[in-house]
Amino acid sequence: MAVLVSKKVTKRFGGLEALAKIDLEVKEQAIHSIIGPNGAGKTTFFNCVTGFYTSEEGEIFLGDRNITGLSPDRVTRLGISRTYQNIRLFKNMTAVENILVGMHPHLKSGLFGGILHDPRTMREESEAVAEAMRLLQFVGLKGKGDLMAKNLPYGQQRRLEIARALASKPTMLLLDEPTAGMNPSETQEMVYFIRQLRDELGITILLIEHQMRVVMSISELVSVLDFGQKIAEGTPAEIQKNSRVIEAYLGRGAASGLGENIPVAA
Amino acid sequence: MLRTWRQRITFSDVVVWAIGLAIAFMVVYGTIATLRLGKYSPETWLDLVITGLALGGIYALIALGYTLVYGILRMINFAHSEVFMSGPFTAAFLADALVKTGIWDRYPLFSLALVLLLAAVVSATIAFLLERIAYRPLRTAPRLVPLITAIGASFFLQYAFRGLYGSGLKGFPTLDVLEGYWSLGTIQVLKTQVVVIFGALAMMLILFGIVQYTKFGKAMRSVSEDKETAALMGIDVDRTISVTFIMGGVSAGVAGILYVILFPVAHFFMGFIPGIKAFTAAVLGGIGNVPGAFMGGLLLGVLESVGPSLFLDGMGIPAPYQLKDVIAFVILVFILIFRPSGILGERMAQAKA
Amino acid sequence: MKKDTSAVWKQAIRTGLIGGSIVLLLALVGIIGTFKGRDIISGWISMGQILFLAPIFLFAYNAARRAEAPSKVGTILVGAISGLMSTSIAAILYLLGQIINLRAMFANASPDLYTMLTFGQGPLLGVIILLLAGVLIGAAGAGVLLLPSRIRKALSQAAIWAILLGLLRELLMVVISRWGVVAYLIRWIFAQNGLAPHGAIVVFLIIGAATYWSAGRKRVAINNLPPQQKKKRLVITLVVSGVVLLVLPLVLGIFFSEILDTVGLYILMGLGLNIVVGFAGLLDLGYVAFYAIGAYTVGVLTSPELGLFHLNYWQAMPFAVVVAVLAGVILGLPVLKMRGDYLAIVTLGFGEIIRILALSDWLKPWLGGSQGIQQIAHPWLWGLELKNQTQLYYMILVGIAIAGFIAWRLKDSRLGRSWMAVREDEDVAQAMGINLVATKLLAFAAGAFFAGLSGTIFATKLTAAYPHSFSLFVSINALSLIIIGGMGSIPGVVVGSLVLMGSPELLREFAEYRYLVYGALLVVMMLIKPEGLWPEARRRLELHEAEELAPGTAAQPAPNNAGQ
Repeated sequence: MAVLVSKKVTKRFGGLEALAKIDLEVKEQAIHSIIGPNGAGKTTFFNCVTGFYTSEEGEIFLGDRNITGLSPDRVTRLGISRTYQNIRLFKNMTAVENILVGMHPHLKSGLFGGILHDPRTMREESEAVAEAMRLLQFVGLKGKGDLMAKNLPYGQQRRLEIARALASKPTMLLLDEPTAGMNPSETQEMVYFIRQLRDELGITILLIEHQMRVVMSISELVSVLDFGQKIAEGTPAEIQKNSRVIEAYLGRGAASGLGENIPVAA
Repeated sequence: MLRTWRQRITFSDVVVWAIGLAIAFMVVYGTIATLRLGKYSPETWLDLVITGLALGGIYALIALGYTLVYGILRMINFAHSEVFMSGPFTAAFLADALVKTGIWDRYPLFSLALVLLLAAVVSATIAFLLERIAYRPLRTAPRLVPLITAIGASFFLQYAFRGLYGSGLKGFPTLDVLEGYWSLGTIQVLKTQVVVIFGALAMMLILFGIVQYTKFGKAMRSVSEDKETAALMGIDVDRTISVTFIMGGVSAGVAGILYVILFPVAHFFMGFIPGIKAFTAAVLGGIGNVPGAFMGGLLLGVLESVGPSLFLDGMGIPAPYQLKDVIAFVILVFILIFRPSGILGERMAQAKA
Repeated sequence: MKKDTSAVWKQAIRTGLIGGSIVLLLALVGIIGTFKGRDIISGWISMGQILFLAPIFLFAYNAARRAEAPSKVGTILVGAISGLMSTSIAAILYLLGQIINLRAMFANASPDLYTMLTFGQGPLLGVIILLLAGVLIGAAGAGVLLLPSRIRKALSQAAIWAILLGLLRELLMVVISRWGVVAYLIRWIFAQNGLAPHGAIVVFLIIGAATYWSAGRKRVAINNLPPQQKKKRLVITLVVSGVVLLVLPLVLGIFFSEILDTVGLYILMGLGLNIVVGFAGLLDLGYVAFYAIGAYTVGVLTSPELGLFHLNYWQAMPFAVVVAVLAGVILGLPVLKMRGDYLAIVTLGFGEIIRILALSDWLKPWLGGSQGIQQIAHPWLWGLELKNQTQLYYMILVGIAIAGFIAWRLKDSRLGRSWMAVREDEDVAQAMGINLVATKLLAFAAGAFFAGLSGTIFATKLTAAYPHSFSLFVSINALSLIIIGGMGSIPGVVVGSLVLMGSPELLREFAEYRYLVYGALLVVMMLIKPEGLWPEARRRLELHEAEELAPGTAAQPAPNNAGQ
């Protein structure tokens, strides 16, 4: 059962074709990685899926629903959440507030509820705060709720961003380079954590990654993009040996660890 | 594409388009009505067009400052209107001194050159100081901060000059040489207008040349494109930005003198309205685009000059010239809503995720 | 790390020159001259002189602080050099002024100014004394750096209070004239013009001692108190402020009521603009449009002059506010997709369009043209016509209470968070499921609501609506006060309004230079303290934190926005 299907998705910027007829299928509850050299179009693809960009050609389906061209807020309400390559938290808001914003689609109080503090609004708010606290704990940020997002150290900011993405109760999570800037032990924690997301919460994960160890150790399926085209797709073991993939990377020299014999998760 | 189009159109888009079309319709209706009525003779129209071109040339020169700074820093230099004001306001005193010593009347060209020079220098200095003191420290700050600083700087400069030179209107002496009309066949044009038009054109050519063909110009354009890469190429980014401001200042100073040739009065508030109009012109032509700024300026000048008579009068509005400024503002709003990249501009892609 | 000595001297010289340039600017712009007549300490020193000497002092202090000279003598020397540089600029101005007639260009380069610069002595002696003064003041500025911080705090507080009292002498006289015995005592410290010398000394000693003592005590940070005590304090503060506010106009008299009205109206407007700019990050420079619409609608609906409608104030007011809100939505629609700079300029354009239309002959039959609408009715409440400043003050107070309450409640609500998310990162906010159109329009509507309300009160207070009252300056005033007070902070709006709207009313001389100071303050604030005078504080979650934390986990308090 496929959760996300993209059919011949094409995105152009002026004369540049950033994505060329991308066909991709993400299976339900899979951990699926997209890799490729810098500028291959990975983040552009994410942007098309989430509605930031409107593709020129092609269609995107979530389950059996056509989500091509929907605005980002609608896409989120349908159950897709994402994190960003260069962390985009709400810097001048606290950690809890960031998460509460993430819960936006599930809360209902509006202008009058906010002013009047009627019982239903108050109940909703306190439940939301409790849930936010639980999420904080889940990502390992217990007790840090009142800290400003900008004051958190880098690793914690990444985790907060994931907590915020989880707040909207997504069925599918798009993670854009979640281990960027992390040292090996942090990376290992993140890998474990991503697996936990899928195993415990049943979320389908689509992941952009540069670190080959990460990709190889948790992905079930790997799609490789280069210059906007999908040049290979398969299990990590298959991709590792694929000559086109190796050429794409070595020719452009962006990834680390490719070509070595990296043990693949069973 | 149609289906995605349908999905992305919101109610607000519909309302905005409806209002826009309504206004466009009224303008066309007014134009047709006026032309039908035949109230104005061809000479009047020509007169209005020439006035428009003269004003437009001035707007074009000021617009250059806005467009260059936006291109290089992605911010609107709100205080540019005061950069414009500072030149002629200061030069007015020099002009006074020249009149007193009789040089003004005996050597008009020399006096004019002197006055132009002083205005350009003063405006350039103000622009340079502005960038160094108020903008440079805030280059990495969130967007709202430099914007507010610019607004603050604008008011500060206005009132500082008011304090320095006085709050009254400072008359700028006229040149006898430029009094009266030149005849071109059956047409009569004010000498001052001709001088302004040609002066503006000359300045535009010079500045365009600098931006396109000199090393400085290339540096400016590359810093506009990508600051970091330009720095990696060995370009001194700070100095390039300073030079950009200086160029905008020189252009504005010259524009200022041309302005007081047409309207021989200087005062501390004189920059405000021309400033906004020049910004409109810059956006109209395509912000970040030098020929665009020039084109936008001329176009705006003509529209503004011809507009009240052409479309407002036809709609039956009494005293249409009172709404002259409204035309410029409406153009501004229209352009920013319907075509923010302007006529000649490329879409400045806003960086998303 | 020891700084290279020549770099230190260069730094000191540079700082001194900058300080001197500021003095030059203050002199030529006329601020020093204007304040010359106002004595702070009668017979000793005038405000003008303080404005002349203070920058020299402060910059010398700054130079010394940055120099980090190893020895005391070194520090003093740095200060002295800075001071010397500052006064040398003044000296050059003076000498230049003797040779050429600067007055033809700079109206304020007057003989009076020159006299002040040279301390009343002739040219040669004057310049020498001037330079010497620079050295001494500079040294003093640096010397202050060497004092223990408690003494420094005491001195600065004492100086500030002395200056304030000297400046506000007349107003204090007016206020306390009704206070009988107390008046007598207070009057003793003043002279005809400013503080009397003995009064100054007394004030200095009292304030200085008080500050010294209080700086020595350990203070518990408010935020670290347990929730119960914090709540108690909050309630007490609110009750006391409430009482003070209610009694204020009666205590201060009519003259002050007028000032309070103006400040109050701006607080009301500021609360609205604070939502648009501070919460949602939408820089609206055309805010005055809604103010005008509120006022004009009331005018059109109530004034017999136009003869169109004959409603009374209370009937017209809701209409006016609704119209303002509608205008907020309509003017907000086109700008939804614009960011930052463009949004600002377009809203500025809108504000100007509305003003020009209100002024035009075309709309004269409805809006009164350049004469505006007059004979707007006063509101009648329980048989009493609310027409003087004090009565209207209470009306404004009610308005502020409502607005403040709404703003306070919204800030911590889902809507408030949506606004702040939009402010922080619009694209990501949308990705969180926030409907940008609705959220932004709600912000504009809320802002317009308060501005419109404020406009109706303004119209009825003036019993007229003139197009000249609705210029860009109103928007700039409102913007300045919320930025300087603290963007997004509700107490900041009050502080900003008191400081920025109150000062020109209280100090007539200042009114001339109002926008100069606003502009300078905006720039300086953005450079040094962009979060404003009373920054937006993030509230602590008292409720759940105690529950959620396991024993032994240290609770880390939210840092109060110390610098962006």
